[in-house]
Amino acid sequence: MAYAALDFYDVNELLTEEEQMVRDSVRGWVEERVMPTIAQQFTAGTFDLKLAKEAGELGLLGAHLEGYGCAGMGQVAYGLICQELERGDSGLRSFASVQGSLAMYPIHAFGSEEQKQKWLPPMAAGEAIGCFGLTEPDFGSDPGGMITTAKPVPGGWVLNGAKMWITNGSIADIAVVWAKTPDGIRGFLVEKGTPGYTAPDIHGKWSLRASITSELVFDDCKLPEDAILPGSTGLKSALMCLSSARYGIAWGAIGAAQACYSEALEHAQTRIVYGKPIGKFQMVQNKLVTMANEITKAQLLALRLGRLKEAGKAHHTQISLAKRNNVHMALDAARNARDMLGASGITDEYVSGRHMANLESVITYEGTHDIHMLIVGMELTGLNALGND
Amino acid sequence: MKIVVCAKRVPDSAAKIRLAADGKGIDPQGVEQVISPYDEIALECAVQLKEAGTATSVTVLSLGPKESTKDLRKAMAMGADDAVLLIEDRPFRDPTATSEALIEALRELQPDVVFCGWKAIDDDSSAVAGLIAAGLDYAYASFVVKVEGADGGLRVSREVEGREEVVMVPTPCVLTAQRGLAEPRFASLRGIMQAKKKPLIEKPAGGGENASELVSLTEPPARAEGRIVGEGAAAVPELIRVLRDEAGLL
Ligand SMILES: Cc1cc2nc3c(=O)[nH]c(=O)nc-3n(C[C@H](O)[C@H](O)[C@H](O)COP(=O)(O)OP(=O)(O)OC[C@H]3O[C@@H](n4cnc5c(N)ncnc54)[C@H](O)[C@@H]3O)c2cc1C
Repeated sequence: MAYAALDFYDVNELLTEEEQMVRDSVRGWVEERVMPTIAQQFTAGTFDLKLAKEAGELGLLGAHLEGYGCAGMGQVAYGLICQELERGDSGLRSFASVQGSLAMYPIHAFGSEEQKQKWLPPMAAGEAIGCFGLTEPDFGSDPGGMITTAKPVPGGWVLNGAKMWITNGSIADIAVVWAKTPDGIRGFLVEKGTPGYTAPDIHGKWSLRASITSELVFDDCKLPEDAILPGSTGLKSALMCLSSARYGIAWGAIGAAQACYSEALEHAQTRIVYGKPIGKFQMVQNKLVTMANEITKAQLLALRLGRLKEAGKAHHTQISLAKRNNVHMALDAARNARDMLGASGITDEYVSGRHMANLESVITYEGTHDIHMLIVGMELTGLNALGND
Repeated sequence: MKIVVCAKRVPDSAAKIRLAADGKGIDPQGVEQVISPYDEIALECAVQLKEAGTATSVTVLSLGPKESTKDLRKAMAMGADDAVLLIEDRPFRDPTATSEALIEALRELQPDVVFCGWKAIDDDSSAVAGLIAAGLDYAYASFVVKVEGADGGLRVSREVEGREEVVMVPTPCVLTAQRGLAEPRFASLRGIMQAKKKPLIEKPAGGGENASELVSLTEPPARAEGRIVGEGAAAVPELIRVLRDEAGLL
């Protein structure tokens, strides 16, 4: 079944030739290298490290960062990369988001020159993998409450605590870990194999299965002095990483929705029930039009946000609104597409069921749907309903 | 060794083709245009020859509408050094006039190797490469599936019915690419960024009169309905028989 990306308002025309080329190249790669095996990876609960390497060769990792082997692309190009990766699978996009925005970005923004030189080039190439440890078993929406500590000791730091739900955890060569110090929350680089650091995987997921999710456990884990990210200052630094990743998620969700729409449309035109294609029934058209309608709005939202970001004018609450809107839109699209596919929609012959399951993670991580509502609500009313005031 | 790859803009093979109202062309509305796949294979091979040190430069040459600059940028993102677009001014150009326009440009470019796809997938005429070789008096090898640098020229393998033929081709020469020669790469972001800065020359296409004229285009007859030959494993023998005896595919 050929994938056709919906572009009802010719958003393509608003992209530069370079951005179009980036999108087409990633789309081609996903079609040829990801689609043939992704359902298998999902079922097996594995992430194909070959894809990380290839994504690195294409320059997709940390593409929005400058120097150190990164492509130095604009925000819209970065968004389009996320869109095309997530059209394949949210797990693959999560890998790239974590690598680029949650691991490479903090090293780029808050790291020392030595840290950047050491880690960014192999990470851009997909040879070294990164993860980001903020969430804890008891602190998700409220990361400021974290209990992981980094205690200064002669010659370095001692890390104690645990991080939970960490994408890429056990496959990461380098973990960016946020911990409380006497000076507030700071970021630390923890290398794989450091004594006192383990990363057991979380099993039994029915969502984001083609992505590794782990726990990070620190038991008197001794770190050298220079493990700290010198430029990190409080929780704000961690939230800056999340802003960058959430922005990419707002684009990624469009890809997942387009994949579901493309599949649902083809099915509506070819599946015969009561002697006619189901697309001839008004209720089915309503579902398709709603999907197309919402995808189109999401595209314009993401593009405008990208241009604001490129101009250095995007506010984090605008990113919250886009993440919230677009992921919810994609989840709705996936559920409707799954429904329109009938029984076949529950099998891995079709992509919608997989996207539907994945998007349940996407709507939760990087700030849940409701938390983003409260962030926007606070911006609009000036009143904090989050409960952390 | 200087290579020029001839690349044509054609409708994507996955696109649904509708005829234009005048019945002499196709309706471009909603049809994605791409570099003809065999030309892209030729390009990939040329870039690999450059990476291996056999070739010194790779130029892409296209005769087509102004929009072909997009394809040429892509070709440069895949590794070509520069590009020349001969801007088409006619609604229809036959292989004779096409090859004449390309030959004019090639005389200026003076390549050691001209690399084409064995056919362009839009008109399937499979004539232009041969006409270029004849017009420039270059050696010619078609359906190439492997190329290696050799003293005084290239050692190429050609796909021939039931066997592979190895020939020494002196330069200058014209080669046509067949599937299997190379697997076109996806343009990397680095390549895409570099392509922006690479030279792309645009000029009007030359060439003389068409030797033949297009009379009409008609849609192919609707395909006969499919046939179910059986179910499950039991259907395999019949399926094999049909594929072998009726379709001639096995
Ligand atoms: C697959 C996956 C991968 C992940 N990867 C990472 C990673 O790489 N790194 C990382 O640090 N974290 C990661 N996470 C964690 C993720 O960011 C958290 O799960 C998320 O922030 C929510 O936290 P929680 O699960 O503790 O839910 P909770 O905070 O316990 O929330 C539970 C429910 O309560 C609601 N709620 C909470 N507070 C309020 C409030 N004030 N008002 C109203 N409603 C509220 C929430 O909206 C939600 O519905 C990942 C999660 C998943 C599922």
